[in-house]
This record gives sequence, structure tokens and C-alpha cells, in this order.
Amino acid sequence: MAVNHSDFDDLPMESSDSTWYKRTLSGILTKTKDKKPTPDGLWEKCKRCKEVVPSKEWLANHCVCPSCHYHERIGSAEYFEILFDDGNFTELNANLSSGDPLNFVDSAPYTDRVVVAQKKTGLKDAVRTAHGVINGQALCVACMDFAFIGGSMGSVVGEKIARAIDHSLATKTPFLMISKSGGARMMEAAFSLMQMAKTSAKLALLAKAGIPYISLMTNPTTGGVTASFAMLGDFNIAEPEALIGFAGPRVIKETIGKDLPKGFQSSEFLLEHGFLDFIVDRTELKATLSRLLSHIQD
Amino acid sequence: MNTNWFDFEKEIAEMHSQLVKAEETHAQGKLDMSDTIEHLTKKIKEAQTTIYSQLSGWQKVQISRHQDRPYTLDYIENICTDFVELHGDRHIKDDKAIVGGWAKIDGQSVMIIGQQKGRNTKQRQMRNFGMPNPEGYRKALRLMKLAEKFNRPVITLIDTPGASPGLEAEERGQGEAIARNLLEMSVLNVPIICIVIGEGASGGALGIGVGDRVMMMEYTWYSVISPESCSSILWRTWDKKELAADALKLSATDMKGNGLVDGIIPEPLGGAHHNPEEAFANVKATILSELQTLKAMSPEQLVNARIEKFSAMGVVQELPA
Ligand SMILES: [Zn+2]
Repeated sequence: MAVNHSDFDDLPMESSDSTWYKRTLSGILTKTKDKKPTPDGLWEKCKRCKEVVPSKEWLANHCVCPSCHYHERIGSAEYFEILFDDGNFTELNANLSSGDPLNFVDSAPYTDRVVVAQKKTGLKDAVRTAHGVINGQALCVACMDFAFIGGSMGSVVGEKIARAIDHSLATKTPFLMISKSGGARMMEAAFSLMQMAKTSAKLALLAKAGIPYISLMTNPTTGGVTASFAMLGDFNIAEPEALIGFAGPRVIKETIGKDLPKGFQSSEFLLEHGFLDFIVDRTELKATLSRLLSHIQD
Repeated sequence: MNTNWFDFEKEIAEMHSQLVKAEETHAQGKLDMSDTIEHLTKKIKEAQTTIYSQLSGWQKVQISRHQDRPYTLDYIENICTDFVELHGDRHIKDDKAIVGGWAKIDGQSVMIIGQQKGRNTKQRQMRNFGMPNPEGYRKALRLMKLAEKFNRPVITLIDTPGASPGLEAEERGQGEAIARNLLEMSVLNVPIICIVIGEGASGGALGIGVGDRVMMMEYTWYSVISPESCSSILWRTWDKKELAADALKLSATDMKGNGLVDGIIPEPLGGAHHNPEEAFANVKATILSELQTLKAMSPEQLVNARIEKFSAMGVVQELPA
């Protein structure tokens, strides 16, 4: 099985690294080539099996290839549309944006990187939080956006998740976390690290209050995100064939000096090793969440 | 006294070798070298004071990794009595990169837990360079739960270049193990004091680092990533580690300044390895004084304050809608 982890290496996150970046430059070019033969946006070409599917059908299938079940990466807007009844939801803390507590500068100042990412994506940071109703059941959702600096976790991500959990606590609403991240955001250094403690502490309060927490891991979920809220669900679930791990595959490969076994750190691997309750196809996600919650909600 | 000098201590190293010669000559009784000895000793102290008052982030990282620096078991041996080491996570094995057990400090029983590095090749391998596997974090949690059960405080000593990256670590859920500790430590009903005694690298450090008091020794570092790895990711070269160390603001002074740790424990001039006895005394005094404060608090007060402290970490701004 193919685990998709070739596309987050050029990013300032803890589980990426430079050798990885160099090796996948060719991969990035291939992707652009792939897009070329797609005629005028009415068709989508599956990145894996190269099947050409009408865009309408592709979207109706939640960007999952009808032919090979490849789950194309989608963002919070799509997940909210998929999950919330009639696409209705109330967003929480929509205008929270990053500070620059360390005045961090590498090849560019962090503040510039944030502005560029905001312009490019139309997002404020790498997570959006909202509450609404799915199949008649109230649910509070935090969903990460990989498009925003690789879904990396800095203060905004930690704070928005913490406040979403506060909302769940205050309204006794189940909490769903959709993770998709390369880990901690380097430009906020230890501030990023402490978001792991912050979100985990909030989840401890949620657990004490007996409010359900479902953690959905999508491709990729690595680093400090895996080592905090992503792994703390009452129910840990994942989309098929997602990369899920603590250390990045390249780091492990370099440490052990061997190629990694096929399927290592895939959703299926984690299920096999006892870290997931189940794997759920995106097309079945909403129905499955409702069925799961029906057992524990009055 | 330490003889493994850093590159930035070259001047001190030269004077020190002169001092050793002078002392030898003096000891042989051929010449009275007392003036030279006195002069060199004074000069060395002056040079150390100057150098150590303006250390860069990277230099502090180097000091935190010095091969003669006291490790967890050295602290336990020198500040505690009646140590009873406890092994194993009850599932897989005993991870030797984390040690822990009951110990008494000034007669008070505590559960003391820390990452342990090795001093020679054999020990380093046995201790996995202080890089714990999931079973290490699970052993640590088991011991913390024992502390809670028997109402004794927890002391953790942090000294790790990171959680171990490897096939087995991933198979056994490194991420889950660390995450579980963060959650459980945040609501543990006994006082927790965490002290960075060497390296505090990322989730591997934080996995035993959620406490009522998080202290850093003066020449240690604590951040989301090592300066070398940060350099490799952000600058795509290993050569910008000095720059990365400064950018990460990983020193005790920066971490305290940013409100991410609660205090700094002073080290002897030249670092803990120059005068371990002084380092032990400082750590012991800090533990005793913090314990006194924390033991006066109810479990509820402790947990609430602990969660509030970590919840307040982070810098965000509200943009106009
Ligand atoms: Zn396909």
C-alpha cells in the first residue's frame, strides 16, 4: 500500500528534514505535470490510479477516487461541508492569528511567512473550529488545514483547540478533532511545544467531565500532534492509508540505516498494532460518527 | 577538576595546563611557585567569569552535553537517601533510558524519575543515549501513578536528546505514550517538580515535563527541536546550528523570560561538571523549598493551577473581522 508522505518535507515542521526535501523535488514536479492533461477543470485525475473522473462526481464522493479509493487531501471547509447538516455551522475564534513571540527569522521573517500563507490559503492559521449538528446530534469540531504551513502547530492551533474543548465542556457537546499536521511549528519553538501540554490538559478535563472525544487522524499526522491530542481520543480513528507516526519516516530511516517496511506508519499499520479503533472511509465518515455517538449519547 | 575544555574555553585551558605544571613543580619542592599559582588561579577565574557571563545559545547547548556533566543517577545518589529503584512498564520491558523509584530528600519520600545517559560506549548503548522508548514513558507514568496512590510528590529530571526514533518505538506507540503522560501528569493529584538538568529536547522531554514547577539549570536547553535538526530543516544545512540555537531561544534565561518555565537553578562557574557538589546542593535546595510550598496546597489547587499555567502559554492576536 502507498503511504502518502512525500509532500510535506519542504516545511518548517519537526518531522520534516532537508534530505527528504531534496529527494522529493522530482515528486513535486511530477504533480504539476499530472495536472496538465486535465481538461478545463471539469475533470479530476486521481493522483494514484490516474483515473479521470468528472469533477462533480469527484466532489460528490468527497474527493475520494471512486476507482481506487485514494483519499485526496482536503481542508476544513470540505470537512465541515461533509459533516455538518446542510453545511451549517458556527465558527469559533475565526480571527485568531499568530503572534511572533520569538521574533523568528530564518530565510524569511516568520511574520512574513504567516502573511503569505494567509493570502495563499484564505485561512488565518492551520486549524478551524466550529460547532453544529451532524445527523441531528450536536458536535464541536476542530479541523486542521495542511495548506497552512503544513498544518503545523503553533500557539494559534493550540489555543483554538483549547477553546473548542472549553466550548465542548461548557455545552456538554462531544468533541471531534481532525488532525492533519507535520507536527510542531518550528518558528514558535518552545511555545509550539507547550501547546502539546495545553491541549492534553484540556482533554483531561473533557475526560473528567465524561464528554466523548473522537480523534480522526488523516494524512499526515506526525510529530507533536501525534504525541498529544491526536492519540488521546476515547476513539482513535483514521482515514485509510494515512501516514501516522511520531518520528518522520526519513528520520527513522536515517537512524536505523535501513529502508522502512512496506506500509510502516500507515493507518493500517497502526490498526494492526492496536493504536486505532477503526479505519473509516471518508464517504462513510458522517454515518459512522453518528452511529458511534448513538451508543454513548442520550 | 574538569580537563575536557570547550573550544570557547581555549584561553582557560592554556592557563589551566600552566597551573597544573606550576602545582607539580611546587609539589616537588624544587621551587616556590605559590605566587604563580595564585596568579593563574585568579586569572582563570576572571576569564571564566567573563566567558560565562556572555555565553551564546549554542555554547549553553554544548555545556548541557558535556561528557562529565552529572546525570540523573548522580543527582539521585548525591541528594537522596534510601533509593529504591523500580523497573519496568508491566507490558513490554524495562527501558533503561528512564530510571525511577522511591527516594528520600531530607527524610521526605518522593518518587524521582529521570532520563539517564551513559558515560562510555557500552553504557550509552544500554541507556540508548538517554532517548526513551514508549515503555520508558509508560514506566514513568506507572511510577507517577504509584506516587499519587501513596500521596508522595513526583520529581522528574529531564535530560534527553529526544524520544527514540525507530521501528519498535513506532510499533509500540511513541506518540501515544508521550501524549498519555501529558494528559495524566496534568491532572495528577500530587505535587510535581520537573528540572531540566541537561538537554530538554521536544516531546521526549515534555513527556516527563508537565509539572507544578518546571525549572531549568542555568546551562541547559529546552525546545521543540535540537539546534542541529532545526538548522537542517529551516536552512537545509547542518552548519547553521549556532544561528538556530539563538533563533529558538532555548536557553534557561530565554525560557524563563518567555514564561515557559518557572525558574532557573544556578550552576557553578564553568558548568555543573566543574563542581558537581555545588550543582547537587543547588538542586536539592530548590526541590526542598518548592516542595514546602507545594505540599501546602490541596490536590485540587495543584491541578487547577497546573492546568491554568500551561493553558496560558502561547501568543495569539485577534485580527479585525
Ligand atoms: Zn484512483
